[in-house]
Amino acid sequence: MKSNSSKLYLLAAIMVSLLVSFFQDQINPYYFQIVIYIGINIILATSLNLINGFAGQFSLGHAGFMSIGAYTAAVASSMLHVSSGNPTGFLVLPVALLLGGAVAALAGLLVGIPTLRLKGDYLAITTLGFGEIIRVVIQNLNFLGGPRGFIGIPKLTNFFWVFSVVSIVVFVISNLINSTYGKGFLAVRDDEIAAQAMGINTTKYKVVAFITGAFIAGIAGGLYAHFVSYINPQQFSFIKSIEIVVMVVVGGMGSTAGVIFAAVVLTILPEALRTVAQYRMVIYSLLLVIIMITRPQGLFGKRFNLGRFFSALRKLRVSS
Amino acid sequence: MSELLQQVINGISLGSIYALIAIGYTMVYGVLRFINFAHGDVFMVGAFVGYYATPHIMPLVGGSLILAGPIVLLLAMIVCSILGVTIEKLAYKPLRFRPKLTILITAIGISLFLEFGGQLVFGPDPKSFPTLFLSTTLIDSQNLVLRTTPIVVIGTAIILMLLLRFIVMNTKLGTAMRAVSFNQQAASLMGININTVISFTFVLGSSLAAAGGILYGTLYPSINPLMGIFPGLKAFISAVLGGIGNIPGAALGGLIIGMTETFVTGYLSPTYRDAIAFGILILILLFKPSGILGRHEAEKV
Amino acid sequence: MPRTEQQHCLALDACTMKFGGLTAVSDLTIAIGYQDLMGMIGPNGAGKTTVFNMITGVYQPTSGSISFDGRQITNHKPHEIVAFGIARTFQNIRLFPSLTVFQNVQVSLNKSLKHGFSHSLLQGKKFHDEEREVRKTIIEILEIFKLDRMKDELATSLPYGDQRRVEIVRALATKPKLLLLDEPAAGMNPTEKIDLMRLIKSVKDLFNIAILLIEHDMKVVMGICEKIYVLDYGVKIAEGTPGEIQSNPKVIEAYLGEQVS
Ligand SMILES: Nc1ncnc2c1ncn2[C@@H]1O[C@H](COP(=O)(O)OP(=O)(O)OP(=O)(O)O)[C@@H](O)[C@H]1O
Ligand SMILES: [Mg+2]
Repeated sequence: MKSNSSKLYLLAAIMVSLLVSFFQDQINPYYFQIVIYIGINIILATSLNLINGFAGQFSLGHAGFMSIGAYTAAVASSMLHVSSGNPTGFLVLPVALLLGGAVAALAGLLVGIPTLRLKGDYLAITTLGFGEIIRVVIQNLNFLGGPRGFIGIPKLTNFFWVFSVVSIVVFVISNLINSTYGKGFLAVRDDEIAAQAMGINTTKYKVVAFITGAFIAGIAGGLYAHFVSYINPQQFSFIKSIEIVVMVVVGGMGSTAGVIFAAVVLTILPEALRTVAQYRMVIYSLLLVIIMITRPQGLFGKRFNLGRFFSALRKLRVSS
Repeated sequence: MSELLQQVINGISLGSIYALIAIGYTMVYGVLRFINFAHGDVFMVGAFVGYYATPHIMPLVGGSLILAGPIVLLLAMIVCSILGVTIEKLAYKPLRFRPKLTILITAIGISLFLEFGGQLVFGPDPKSFPTLFLSTTLIDSQNLVLRTTPIVVIGTAIILMLLLRFIVMNTKLGTAMRAVSFNQQAASLMGININTVISFTFVLGSSLAAAGGILYGTLYPSINPLMGIFPGLKAFISAVLGGIGNIPGAALGGLIIGMTETFVTGYLSPTYRDAIAFGILILILLFKPSGILGRHEAEKV
Repeated sequence: MPRTEQQHCLALDACTMKFGGLTAVSDLTIAIGYQDLMGMIGPNGAGKTTVFNMITGVYQPTSGSISFDGRQITNHKPHEIVAFGIARTFQNIRLFPSLTVFQNVQVSLNKSLKHGFSHSLLQGKKFHDEEREVRKTIIEILEIFKLDRMKDELATSLPYGDQRRVEIVRALATKPKLLLLDEPAAGMNPTEKIDLMRLIKSVKDLFNIAILLIEHDMKVVMGICEKIYVLDYGVKIAEGTPGEIQSNPKVIEAYLGEQVS
C-alpha cells in the first residue's frame, strides 16, 4: 500500500536524523550551521508553499509568524528550563516548539480572517503590513527584550529535531495535497468562483492553509531561536519574508520537491558567495526577475514532482 | 496651540511628499492594474541624483539656491523618468499578459534590486543631503519653529500637482491616459497607442517620485539606499486610502497618512510610526476597500 | 421523502437584480418542479446568466426572494447553496486549469467528506477507505460520460465539447437535486448539440434531478424541454410548452428584433 511506504520513508528519515545527531559534534561547526539553516529554510519554504503555491494566496508576512514562534518558544523554554528537572529535559524543546507553533497559528487566524478576502497585490501588501506590525509590536514589548532582542535561549536545537521536523512537514504537506480534501486548496488557487460553485468554502480553505503555514513557520522560528540562542526583531523583517518567497518562487510555486531544492541551493549559495556577501541580495533580486520573465513556473517547475520521485524509488526497489 | 500648528505643518509637508509618490502608484495602477512595488525605490534614486548632482550644479549657478533647487529637481525628474521607463520596458512589458502574480513578484524583484544595488553603488551608510533650497528660520518662538523648508516642500508639491492636473486633463496624451485607464481594450480600438501611454505614465509617475525624493531629502537630510521602502509603502497605502486609480484620491490619501503619522509620532509614540500606516491600510481594506474616492468594481461571472 | 408534483423544487419570487443603473433582471417569478427539465431562452444580454448567478448566490438579488427544496436560500453563500443541492456549469467554461479531469471532479466530492483536514494529515484507515470510495465514485460517473479514459489529462487540454461534459460531471458530482446548465451546447455544431441534448435528458432520468437549462438557440431546447421561460431585457415575456412559445408573438418579436439589428 502506497501510504504505508511513505510512512516508512518518514520513519526512516527520522531514524537517520537521530543517527546523524549522535555524530553532530564531529561535523565542522560551520558546515553544521549551514546544514541546520538548510533544514529550517526547507520548513519555512514548504510551509509558505502551502499558502502561496498550493492555496494561491500570495503572502509576504511569513517572517512575522516565524518571529512569533521564535519568541514564544524562547519564552516557553526559558520558563520550562528553570522549573523542570533534568529527566524530562528532552521534552523542553518539543513543548516549546509546539507552543510557538500554536501561538503563530493563532496569529495566522487573526491575520487571515480579515486579509484573506483580499486578492493578489492587496493581500501581498497587507500581509507584509501585518508582518511589520508584528515586528513593531515585539520591538515595543519590554519583556521580550524590545529592540535589543532576547538573549540566553538554551541551545537545544540539533540535527535530530530539525530534520525530524523537516521530514514530518514534508510528509504532512504532501499527504494533504494528495488527498481529496487537499484538492480544495488547488481549486481555490485555480478559480475561486468555480471552487465555490463546487461547494468549496473558499474562505475556510484559505484560512486553514494560512493557519497551517503559520503553525509550521512558528515551529521553524522556535528551532531557529534554540539554535542561535539570541533573537531580535530585526532578524524577522520583511527581508526574511522575501527570502522565503524567493525560495518558493525559484523552486516553482506548488512543487514541494522544487521548493525543497531551492531552499537548499539558496541557503548554500550565499555562503558559497561569502566573499561577495554584499552581492547576495542583488543576486537574489535579479534571480527573481529573470526567473519570472523566463520561467515563471520556477526553475524546477511541475515536472520535478515528489510523487514521481517516490514512485521511481519504489520501482527501483521492486526491480532490484 | 502652536505645538498643534507645528504638527500640522510637519504633517502637511510629509503628506505632500507621500502624495507625490502615491500619484505614481495610482497612475500605474490605473493603466496597468498592478502595484509597481519598485516605485518607492525610484523615489530613493531621485534623492541620490540630488545628492550627487548638487556639487556639480552649485558651481555652475554660482551657488544660487534659487537656481540650484529647480535645476537639480528637474535633473532628478529626468533621470528617474528614464529609469522608470527602462524598468517598464525591460521587466514589466514582457509580462503584460501573464498572471498578475508574476508581475507582482517581478516588481518586488526590481525593488530589491534597486535597494541592494543602491547599497553597492552608493554605499549602505546614510549620507547627508545637501542644502538645495533656501533654508532660513522665519519664526523661532518657544514652541513654534517655522522654517522655509516646509514651505518650499509644500509649494513645490502643489505646483507639480497642478502641472500634473493640467497634463492629465488638457493634453492629448493625458486624455489618452485617462481613456486607457477607463477601458484599455476600447482605447486601443480607438487607435490609442497603449505602449506610448504606458511609457508616458511611467514618465509622469517616476518624475513625481523623483521630486518627492528631492523634497524628502530637503526635509529630512539623511538619505540611504533603503530609504524608499517605508515612504513607498506608505504612499501606496495613501493611494489605496484615496481609492486606487484616482489621482486626487492619492493626493488626499497622502495628506491623511502624512498627518496621521506625524500626530501619532508627536503625541503617542514614535516607535509605532511605521506600523500606523499599515493599521490604516487594514482598516480601509476591511471597511471600504474601494477607498475614499474610488469606485467599486464587481467581478463579472 | 415522497414528493408531490405540485411541490416546487426551486421558486424565484419577484427577483430583481440591478447593477448600478442597469436592471439586468426585473421582477422575475419562476417555479421549477422536482422532476422538471426546463429551458430558459432569450436574446443576448437578456439576463439569463444573471438569474443563475442570483440562484447560486454569486449575486445577491436587489429585491425578491428565492426558495429551494422548502427553504429560503436568498443571501446564502455560493458554497452553502451547493450544499442545499444546487449545482451549475458556467457559460464560459471554468474548469480548474491545473487539475486533471479526475481531480476536477474530485473537488466536488470535497463537501461530502466525512474525514477532512486532520485525517488527510495522518492518513489512517478511515481516511484510506474514504479516499477509495471517492475514487470509485469519480470513476463511475466519468464512465457514464465516457470520460474515464481521459481522466488523467489536464481538463483544459481536452477538446471543447469534452470540457463542457467535464463541467457537467463536476456539477453532478456535488450530488445536486437541481442542475443549472448555462449554454451547455455553446460552440458546438448541430449534431454535437443534439447529442448533448439527448445526454442531458438521460442525465435527468438517471440521476432523478431537476434541470434548468439556458440556451441561446431556440431550436435546441424545443426538442427536450417540457417548459420554457423566455427572458428579454430582464423581463419574463413568456412561459409555456415549446409549442406555445414558438407561436407566441412576443417571443417572435424579441427574436426577430435581434435578427434585424
Ligand atoms: N457584474 C455585473 N456588473 C454589471 N453588469 C452586469 C454584470 N453582470 C451582468 N451584467 C449585465 O446584465 C445584463 C444581463 O447579462 P447576462 O449575462 O445575464 O445576460 P445573458 O442573458 O446571460 O446573455 P448571453 O446570452 O450573452 O449570455 C447585461 O447587460 C450585462 O452586461
Ligand atoms: Mg449568459
